[in-house]
Amino acid sequence: MRLRDVTVSFNGRTAVRDVSFDVPENRVTALIGPSGSGKTTLLRSLNRLHDFTRGAKVEGSILLGDTDLYSREIHPTLIRTRVGMVFQRPNPFPTMSVFDNVVSGLRFCGIRKKSVLNEAAESALIAAALWDRVKDRLKMHASSLSGGEQQRLCIARALAVEPEVLLMDEPTSALDPISTKRIEELMGELKSRVSIVIVTHNMQQAARISDLCAFLLMGDDGAGEQIEVAPTEKLFTNPDDPRTLDYIQGRFG
Amino acid sequence: MYWGVLYGAAIVFAFICIALLLTLVLQSLPAWRHSGAGLFTGSTWDPTNKQYGALPLIAGTLETAAIALLFAVPIGIAVALCVVHLVPARLRVPFSSFVEMLAAVPSVVYGIVGVLFLAPWCQNVFYPWLNSVTHNFVLFSNVTSGDSTLLAGMVLFVMVLPTIMALSRDAIAAVPKDQIEAALSVGATKWQTLYRVVLPNARAGITGAVTLASARALGETIAVSMVIGGAFGISSSLLGQGNTIAATIASSWDDSTTLTKSELVALALVLVTMTAFVNFVGRRLVARSTQGATL
Amino acid sequence: MTTATPPLPLDPVYERRALVQASARQSLGRRTFVSRFMLGVCMFALVLASSILVWIMYLLVSKGLHAWSTAFFTQVPMTPTVSHPNNVGGVSNGIVGAIVIDALAVAMSVPIGVLGGLLLAETDNPFARVVRTTSEVMTGLPSIIFGLFVYEVLIIKYKIGFSGIAGSVALCILMIPVIMKGSEVAFRAVPNSLREAGYSLGMSKGSVARHVVTPSATPGLLTAVLLATSRAVGETAPLLFVIGNTYIVQWNPTKEQISLPLQIYTFFLDGISPATVATLWGNALLLVVVVLFLNMGSRMLSAFLQRERH
Repeated sequence: MRLRDVTVSFNGRTAVRDVSFDVPENRVTALIGPSGSGKTTLLRSLNRLHDFTRGAKVEGSILLGDTDLYSREIHPTLIRTRVGMVFQRPNPFPTMSVFDNVVSGLRFCGIRKKSVLNEAAESALIAAALWDRVKDRLKMHASSLSGGEQQRLCIARALAVEPEVLLMDEPTSALDPISTKRIEELMGELKSRVSIVIVTHNMQQAARISDLCAFLLMGDDGAGEQIEVAPTEKLFTNPDDPRTLDYIQGRFG
Repeated sequence: MYWGVLYGAAIVFAFICIALLLTLVLQSLPAWRHSGAGLFTGSTWDPTNKQYGALPLIAGTLETAAIALLFAVPIGIAVALCVVHLVPARLRVPFSSFVEMLAAVPSVVYGIVGVLFLAPWCQNVFYPWLNSVTHNFVLFSNVTSGDSTLLAGMVLFVMVLPTIMALSRDAIAAVPKDQIEAALSVGATKWQTLYRVVLPNARAGITGAVTLASARALGETIAVSMVIGGAFGISSSLLGQGNTIAATIASSWDDSTTLTKSELVALALVLVTMTAFVNFVGRRLVARSTQGATL
Repeated sequence: MTTATPPLPLDPVYERRALVQASARQSLGRRTFVSRFMLGVCMFALVLASSILVWIMYLLVSKGLHAWSTAFFTQVPMTPTVSHPNNVGGVSNGIVGAIVIDALAVAMSVPIGVLGGLLLAETDNPFARVVRTTSEVMTGLPSIIFGLFVYEVLIIKYKIGFSGIAGSVALCILMIPVIMKGSEVAFRAVPNSLREAGYSLGMSKGSVARHVVTPSATPGLLTAVLLATSRAVGETAPLLFVIGNTYIVQWNPTKEQISLPLQIYTFFLDGISPATVATLWGNALLLVVVVLFLNMGSRMLSAFLQRERH
């Protein structure tokens, strides 16, 4: 995925401006920065979630492969099967069973064959490290899982449609440390399957799991801007920009 | 002293409720003694000959309510979906208030509109058309007057629509944005999201809305009595005149014998039990779905 | 943080990816069509619902407005004579009757309703819960039973005769649950900090209730009362058997009375002649205007309150 001069504004007020970097394939890219720096806004523009916000405008170009995500020729619904999303709070569909939750994306696409659905569900649940927990109880209600398990269910749900990129919006911030650790381990394994872009306000997490880091900061005009994008090791040991250094050293939160 | 006054008020209210129930029960005793279960199974309602079979009345009550709900439920839910998800934010409140005004209109007014406007139209235009289009299908046969079960159902439809719409809107609006975004992010279209995620999530509230609306439809007296025609037999045609429990009470009360009054009270008791039960269930469902929002 | 290249995804994944994309693309046409179609259906329902309301309002206004004349408001209904075939009089008896009956009903129901609401807001024992549930269920019962009750008790048992006050009692029973519910909400909305401030100043519970809580809750209480009144003003069924009838302006609640909604119903029962139709529509319009006025007033007050709190 390649971003070029991406600017997102709401009703004229710019939330994040001029972001340009490449999301490497099969790697974990972290968007870090203090609150208000526009990380989540940027993330949501990557799967066109802002289409549903009145007054939202996304400028610049976001390319997935050769396709401009915002071009008129491609339908947003198709994009969202190529760019999936996992949210901050686990949000499985409460009225559906575990199985139905996982294959919901496939069903929305019109895939009905039992064999395909079963295979996809198994594959996604294994990838989300949930298979052993639920394999005998696929019909059970999603709400009977614990918080961490629910989040992994959401990951499985997003994976079932085999996206090329998986967006994660602070996926572990609502979870306990053990669940957090498990999901972080998961991300390392998922890399082979999808490219991950994760927003996190936890620097240590970013340092642990990501290959590339993009640091954003709110500018004087209230809009987030891109300060530095570098491989994680470099960003955390020898950043180019002094502001990055300040953030990493905890000078501001 | 303070608590005394408060409890005093509550006890007065409780006393009134108990007195109400007791009065109805006591008043209906002669009826139970006279007709017993025949009240429900008999199909002849002939007070002058002391025949009190209320089956046609019960059938009429259920028929009119069913007609009303058949149309009000899908339309009400569809409108609620629109208001919450399709209408621009600025128009939402004005439109909701607008439709809720429908709920405040007194039932006599609906009755008058029905009598002066809809009944003639039904008799002269609508029913003949219905009859010919369905080739005199039994349900739509026997076109005599505008006053009919179908008209009563139509009037009830307008009366319960705002209830369903308002409560469904609350339930649908209560579905967290999270859920909608999750569905969209996995590749669903807007309609798929609404139909397969939002509506199931709002299921409890919507069922509550429908239940409360049916309580209203079952118990509506004045408007129905003005347009239903007051016939006392079971007609197989919806276009024929009919009767409901509430309408019968309203129209037969004056100049009736004590026994008839007792029978009417017995029917009222039946109606109260039905509506109380339905109401109770409905409110539970609504409360559960919107977590304490007030009605 | 890894630096090694992870292994390539397994073939089934690639296969499935292609399958999903193909299926998504294929079904897209159908799905967008269905989506647009169903959303269109919903919009149509919206238009339908609004048209019905607009049409009813239009009917009422167009047919009722020209019946509104001085005679309409100040005269009682009269029988047209051969010499004055258009002289049908007006509905002044209904207006006065409505004022008398409804005012009495409000006066009787407000104390019980508000105090009951306060009780429900301040306690939570089984008794309170039963009262609350009963009150909620009562708002959904057919209102005619209140008339039946008053008939049996006041007219048969205590023989007070058909009168306005009997009607007030019936309406009062109908109003109490509505006022109780609204009052409870209003009282609960008063922040506890206000109460605690009062207690810490040494005020008794009763004093706090009277001088601290009630003033703060008054707008909410007013909302509830307006709502209940708007409902009571439009009701016909509870009055049917208990207030009798009168063709004169009657300010005495102990005599037989007539009220606007019942007047419409009675006119209907007596048979609608071309002469009385206009009065009928005028009456209906008046009733709707008053009820909507009260109802909207209640809503606006409530919305105003919501804004004040935030």
